[in-house]
Amino acid sequence: MKLILKNSYLSVLLFYLLIILSGFLKSDPYFVTILIFAGLNALSALGLSLLMGLAGQISLGQNGFYGLGAYLSALFALNLNLPVPVALLLASILTSILSLFLAVPALRLKGHYLAVATLGFGEIVYLLLNEWGPGGPSGFGNIPKLSLGSLTFESPLSYLFLVWTLFLIAFLLAQNLANSTYGRTLRALHSSETALRTLGVNLVSLKVKIFFLSAFLTALSGAIYAHFVTFLSPATFSIFYSVLLLMMVMLGGIHSLWGAPLGALFVTFLPETLRPFKEYDILLYGLILTLGLIFLRKGLLYPLQKGLKKWISF
Amino acid sequence: MRGIKILLFLFLSFFALLTYALASKEPIKIGAILSITGPASFIGEPEKNTILMLAEQINKAGGIQGRPIEVIIEDSKSEETQAVLAAKKLIEKDKVVAIIGPSTTGESMAVIPIVTQAKIPMISLAAGTGITEPVSERYWIFKTAQYDRSAVEAIYKHMQKKGIKKVGILTIATGFGDQGRKALLELAPKFGITIVADERYKPKDSDMTVQLMKAKNAGAEAIINWSVGPEQVIVVKNWHALKLGIPLYQSHGWGSKKNIQLAGPAADGVIAPLGRIVVWDKLSDKHPQKKILKNYEEAYIAKFKTEPGTFGGHAYDAFMMVVEALKKVGPDPAKIRNYIENNIKNWPGVSGIFNMSPKDHCGLDSTSFEMVVVKKGDWEILP
Amino acid sequence: MELFFQFLLSGITVGAIYALIALGFNIVYNTTSILNLAQGEFVVLGGLVMWYFLEKLHLPYGLAFISTLLISGLISLIMERLTIRPLIKEADPILLILITIAFSILLRGILMFLFGKDPYGYPPISEGAPLLIMGAVLQRQIIWILVFVLLTMLFLYLFFNQTMLGRAMKACALARDAATLMGIKTSQMVMLSFLLSGLFAGLGGILITPITLMEYDRGPLLTIKGFTAAVLGGLGSNWGVMAGGFLLGILESLMAGYIHSGLKDALALFLLLLILLFKPAGLFQSAEQARLRKL
Repeated sequence: MKLILKNSYLSVLLFYLLIILSGFLKSDPYFVTILIFAGLNALSALGLSLLMGLAGQISLGQNGFYGLGAYLSALFALNLNLPVPVALLLASILTSILSLFLAVPALRLKGHYLAVATLGFGEIVYLLLNEWGPGGPSGFGNIPKLSLGSLTFESPLSYLFLVWTLFLIAFLLAQNLANSTYGRTLRALHSSETALRTLGVNLVSLKVKIFFLSAFLTALSGAIYAHFVTFLSPATFSIFYSVLLLMMVMLGGIHSLWGAPLGALFVTFLPETLRPFKEYDILLYGLILTLGLIFLRKGLLYPLQKGLKKWISF
Repeated sequence: MRGIKILLFLFLSFFALLTYALASKEPIKIGAILSITGPASFIGEPEKNTILMLAEQINKAGGIQGRPIEVIIEDSKSEETQAVLAAKKLIEKDKVVAIIGPSTTGESMAVIPIVTQAKIPMISLAAGTGITEPVSERYWIFKTAQYDRSAVEAIYKHMQKKGIKKVGILTIATGFGDQGRKALLELAPKFGITIVADERYKPKDSDMTVQLMKAKNAGAEAIINWSVGPEQVIVVKNWHALKLGIPLYQSHGWGSKKNIQLAGPAADGVIAPLGRIVVWDKLSDKHPQKKILKNYEEAYIAKFKTEPGTFGGHAYDAFMMVVEALKKVGPDPAKIRNYIENNIKNWPGVSGIFNMSPKDHCGLDSTSFEMVVVKKGDWEILP
Repeated sequence: MELFFQFLLSGITVGAIYALIALGFNIVYNTTSILNLAQGEFVVLGGLVMWYFLEKLHLPYGLAFISTLLISGLISLIMERLTIRPLIKEADPILLILITIAFSILLRGILMFLFGKDPYGYPPISEGAPLLIMGAVLQRQIIWILVFVLLTMLFLYLFFNQTMLGRAMKACALARDAATLMGIKTSQMVMLSFLLSGLFAGLGGILITPITLMEYDRGPLLTIKGFTAAVLGGLGSNWGVMAGGFLLGILESLMAGYIHSGLKDALALFLLLLILLFKPAGLFQSAEQARLRKL
């Protein structure tokens, strides 16, 4: 058992199986829905974790990619009558290409300026969606559900499977990237510009690749969201989403990619557990986030890691 | 041995009686999705209060056929995703027999496919036309808020009487403002009105003088502002400060004494189509709605120390319709739906006198409004 | 021409509000390099508390004014003690920013409970019809805001340059370890900077509420606008962020007036991004000045 868990790839697989199983075992379709949202968030958070943990960049504009992925995919399916999987991929790829236009100037900025630039981008996308998106602020619906050929994804369980499988694949690929020589070097050195420069241009292009990947994952997540909820409105894609994503990554822990899924699960399930408190939920939410950041500053992983270090490899 | 058998029998029958008693006392669950927090919270708050107040009243009077009503209120946070989640929870987890809400058009549209698939009747409290039209696709959906276009019609009719032909519109970039804008643009030609300026602003914007000036400059003879919330007060103050000299019309979201208070003397002369709840004391005693309005407002003020406003009224109507249906046909979602569709005729409520039918799941038109002007800090019904 | 002038004045109206908030940002940033994204919430706090003292308790204006300032300063202090203090040693600035965001959510929740969701307002400092300047309208309260902005600038200049305490605070921002070696208690300086920024945020709330009204959830928008204005003008420089505030307001106003009122925020932001591309340190600050501030 120890051997299996020590292998980081296998521990991902185990995590994945745990999630799927819990969805199947718990007969509550509502629980499954939340799990699906957690999965979508995990996908986006993974993108951000790569960007922040690996490439050392901050982004407050992920909501822009999320929104573009969702709206584009929905419109491709609705107006161009593209089959949903094609719409999903096309939307994600297009959004990531767009992100490159942001990446090139953005990577020249540092710290707070990068934060503002990405914030500005995210805000602009939101404002444009609000003004020019179909239905404007009211949004639009009737978005077709995901279907592969004759097989339509109707039940929550099918989406659960889809989302977390995609996450599994993305996570394995991300792990690969992070553990590669370039990846490790980048993670160690992203805070030192000089050191990076001495190692050559390759690392800069890697940063761009990571930017692209993070946009892709976030856009894909948004696209699946569109075909799952079948209704879109700009409110879902405001900068609050970017902030939420940031919380997930920070609370989960930035120094490991595992921070993404763990943080996503925590932040997605937290409001649900607070539902019984009705109006007081926002107070508790703020309190828990604040305390969480103060005491778990290295992320949820840290106490977990220290405790389980012997058993599981992160 | 025989003694034990008798004891067992008594025990079992007692148990059976207890279960029966408890089962029939089992509460009837009604769900509500309201915007209690978020940008639409001043709509959701009075709606929530109203429903809680009414549920308490009904339960005090013995409930429905001995069974208490349990209202499960979920906060949608004015966001569509949350509304969808709330709907799923109410249907799948709480197994409610009907849903009241959501508070806004966007949220209502998002929830429609879910309640339709689950075959649970939903009475939305929002104004959007698309909520109940096309009726053929809205079998399970009703609403108790007037259509935006009804409010627009009321305004345009009044403008026709005054001979106003050129209008500048200011709308807020939210679902509410957007719906209003669409209706304003669509209906203008029918009343011989030209929209000479189509200006927008954002929630939480602090100054609308630019938009007002542009409208005046484009030749507007009157301004219509379509928003709900503090922004409509700011527009009034700006309009007053600019001394534009042309009348300002507000949407039906204007109907709250607080707005007059906040706008101060600037509010004098502002005209709006309002639900009768704000002017009930100025109605003739013979008006079919007067009694309901009086009782509602007085009970609400007694309990919550503030007026309910028109939005609370929509919740009142929706809840009372469901309650009436429950009393007549019991807690069966399909029967409740049928009852509301077919038996709500000439039904005096807070928002107006309802006439539901298989062709109209809203039942209200522009006659549910009164054209009201602000005079010296109070409302006055325009002739 | 008259139209242009009105747009300009409307832009100055909004810009003055942004400038006030941006200044509050700068105070904390200058001493601690922390971005306090709860700044907007303190502005809301100022407005709501002022309403309470003025309209609910009917205190005289001066007393209400001072009490409100004290309260927002105090709450800011509490925030620093509880959330910043434990983390100040952390190298990761993102964590600190996130904590201010988390605290802002908490504060917003508390304000929602204390004041509900309704908007609140109270009379401006001087009543009376708006001023007519070249046919364009300017509300009197804006003049007051401009006065206070200038007074704030003066105060900050004198404080940071002429007083021992102020110079000590500046030292902490520029070279923390050197400052500690010189005997400056950095933790006290951080505390003081939060106190000051809370005070000025509260001032902002007091001044803008008569114009814009105040509700519990106005915070995030004010924060974003203030932050954007600060970076536009040049984060770290008081003159820079003030100018940034006015510039942002005027830009938005002109965009709304001449191009499309629905897209004014997006257009203004877009221009901001372009500016950042060519002058990352902000418009009114040289790159060197920015680097010296140790970003």
